[in-house]
Amino acid sequence: MKNKLLPFLAGAALAVAAASSASAGTLDTIKSKGFVQCGVNTGLPGFGNPDSSGAYSGFDVDYCKAVAVAVFNDPTKVKYTPLDGTERFPALQSGEVDLLVRNTTWTMSRDTTLGFTFAGVHYYDGEGFMVRKSANIAHVKDLDGATICVQGGTDTVTGLADYFKKNNLKYTPLVIDKLADVNAAYDAGRCDALTTDRSGLAANRLQMKAPDDHVILPEMISQEPLGPVVRNNDVQWFQIVKWVSNALLDAEYLGVTQANVDDMLKSPDSAVQRLLGVGDNDFGKSIGLDPKWAYNIIKALGNYGEIYDRNLGPKTPMGLARGLNAQWNQGGIQYGIPIL
Amino acid sequence: MAVTDAGRFSPPREHWYNNPKARSIAIQIVLVVLVVGLVAWLTNNTTTNLRERGIASGFAFLGQRAGFDMTTFMSTTSESTYGFMLLAGLVDTIIVSFFAIIIATILGLIVGIARLSTNWLVRTIATVYVELLRNIPPLLVILFWYLAVIAALPAMKDAFQLGDFSLSNRGIFMPRPILGDNFQYTFFAFLISLVIAFGVRRWAFARQMATGKTFPAFRTGLAIVVVLTLAAFLVTGDPLTFEIPAKTRFNISGGWTLPPEFVSLMLALGVYTASFIAEIVRSGIMAVSHGQTEAARAIGLKGSLVLRLVVLPQALRVIIPPLASEYLNITKNSSLGLAIGFADLVAVGNNVLNPTGQSIEVVAIWMLFYLGLSIIISFAMNVFNARIALTER
Repeated sequence: MKNKLLPFLAGAALAVAAASSASAGTLDTIKSKGFVQCGVNTGLPGFGNPDSSGAYSGFDVDYCKAVAVAVFNDPTKVKYTPLDGTERFPALQSGEVDLLVRNTTWTMSRDTTLGFTFAGVHYYDGEGFMVRKSANIAHVKDLDGATICVQGGTDTVTGLADYFKKNNLKYTPLVIDKLADVNAAYDAGRCDALTTDRSGLAANRLQMKAPDDHVILPEMISQEPLGPVVRNNDVQWFQIVKWVSNALLDAEYLGVTQANVDDMLKSPDSAVQRLLGVGDNDFGKSIGLDPKWAYNIIKALGNYGEIYDRNLGPKTPMGLARGLNAQWNQGGIQYGIPIL
Repeated sequence: MAVTDAGRFSPPREHWYNNPKARSIAIQIVLVVLVVGLVAWLTNNTTTNLRERGIASGFAFLGQRAGFDMTTFMSTTSESTYGFMLLAGLVDTIIVSFFAIIIATILGLIVGIARLSTNWLVRTIATVYVELLRNIPPLLVILFWYLAVIAALPAMKDAFQLGDFSLSNRGIFMPRPILGDNFQYTFFAFLISLVIAFGVRRWAFARQMATGKTFPAFRTGLAIVVVLTLAAFLVTGDPLTFEIPAKTRFNISGGWTLPPEFVSLMLALGVYTASFIAEIVRSGIMAVSHGQTEAARAIGLKGSLVLRLVVLPQALRVIIPPLASEYLNITKNSSLGLAIGFADLVAVGNNVLNPTGQSIEVVAIWMLFYLGLSIIISFAMNVFNARIALTER
């Protein structure tokens, strides 16, 4: 029962850690141990999912790798800690992971009372519903009186309560701790609907016995901006994660891809030169990294769009169109902060 | 040699640290100082670290609005406070543990006795039951009941119907009695008849002690209770109505509902723990010397009476202490309901933990509540144990 132990561990770590504030920088610690410890999902296809050999892949996982490349120029220098909804925050608080990239929604309370800070939004999401085709439900409002399966320890639980209260609808919640158990209960017919972030629904649908028997309702009932999270007691480490995130977006905007990154070194565009550390541009220095940090990331993993298409895009089983997550000049709201 | 001259012997000067009493007091003081110091150091570290990392602490969150819904036996809504939510979780834990304990005790007693049956088939079935269940992790037993038994029941629209009762993969639905205005008279009549029945039992016992004549006290008492209560009920004019569960588009509303999570957790814990209780009962019975059984048979008692009057009362002395441990196990194992979405103390706590982030406080509340429950069960079992203990004269 790992999830029961973690809160204890967090408490114990906080109790035993010396009460002095002198903590070594996260970057130095990571360099000396030789890898980034990254908290990821226990198994959410497209975001963080282990394959049969235990190797993780996914959109979130690629962010862990990008940070590892920025520090070590090696995407394999990551160790993954699979975490479920209730384990993730104690794991980050206690220092068990250096970085949490686990489809975690940026909310005010998480930003201000947990001792965390969010390093940007890498996926704009929203809570949605999946129902059986045979139930003839077209909209969320048709779910009045339904039993709804939802994963505990997530803010989906709160989003669900808010929406049904606002619209004066009744429902019976069935709150289960592990995502796999939630899926099993819904698949067994215990619930009329399953709710989670819409990106997650696409993944969950694939895990049903007969995915084609289920549909995702068109409504999005909440804003769920997902992003990487770090502890708020180390500004340098926060800056690294934040600028890795921005560099991926900037690269896509500037047209720098995994394939053309070497050619782009000769680009006359000053913005590209700053991003790739060409000439005497050394933005890496200000966050304690190599001048070629962003070049290394794009060379190893590609830009934001390539990471998206590889893990979530229309050509993957997830089949998620870019939508809100397209660049701002392509009809979306993703917008990289310039490296300048 | 030293004692050859007894006259000149003077006792060696006594240091305080050689005095066992003084020494034990000194050790106690040092130990208390160490423990208090350690606790103070840990508390100070924790609060300082929490403050420095900007993590909220304290118990003020218990009074805040929870903002999430969970299906509990208390009528919780998203307007309830975190504190009330946790309390509802505790009540759910108590209710499911209570019923699981009853099931486990009755089933365990039956299987334990069956293990010693002279009938080969009965004995073998009981042995298979015990060996099968006690060698499976309780979580699997719970998931089996939930996903293989309850979920395999028909969907709502093809539910098994028996009058106004129905059984489907959404749970058991039954009419809810609504008490009328005059129902208190029926209740009083029930209480009075209970007192009368108890009096009859005392009289019958006294008479049997004095004259040796037996009297069917139980059956007479039951008749008194049923007749008196029913008479009061009819005289005051049938003040009882039922709320019949009605089908809505998705669910059934009204009436009483036993959700599948509750039913499967209760049955799983009951059936699982019964396998351990059966072994405890068997060992208790086997601890009673065979001579007791032979002696009881020799004075002409029949088989069931030998068990009820001679063997079981003595076996209880062996059975009760380990039985208390099993009851504690049921209470603690009920937290496995987390896996199937039963809103017990741990499940509710997990959902309080997420929005508040106050893991240390929530874990402290968990420990406090479970400790409280366990102490109450231990205390009750100790009292019972003392009552049935052998009184030596």
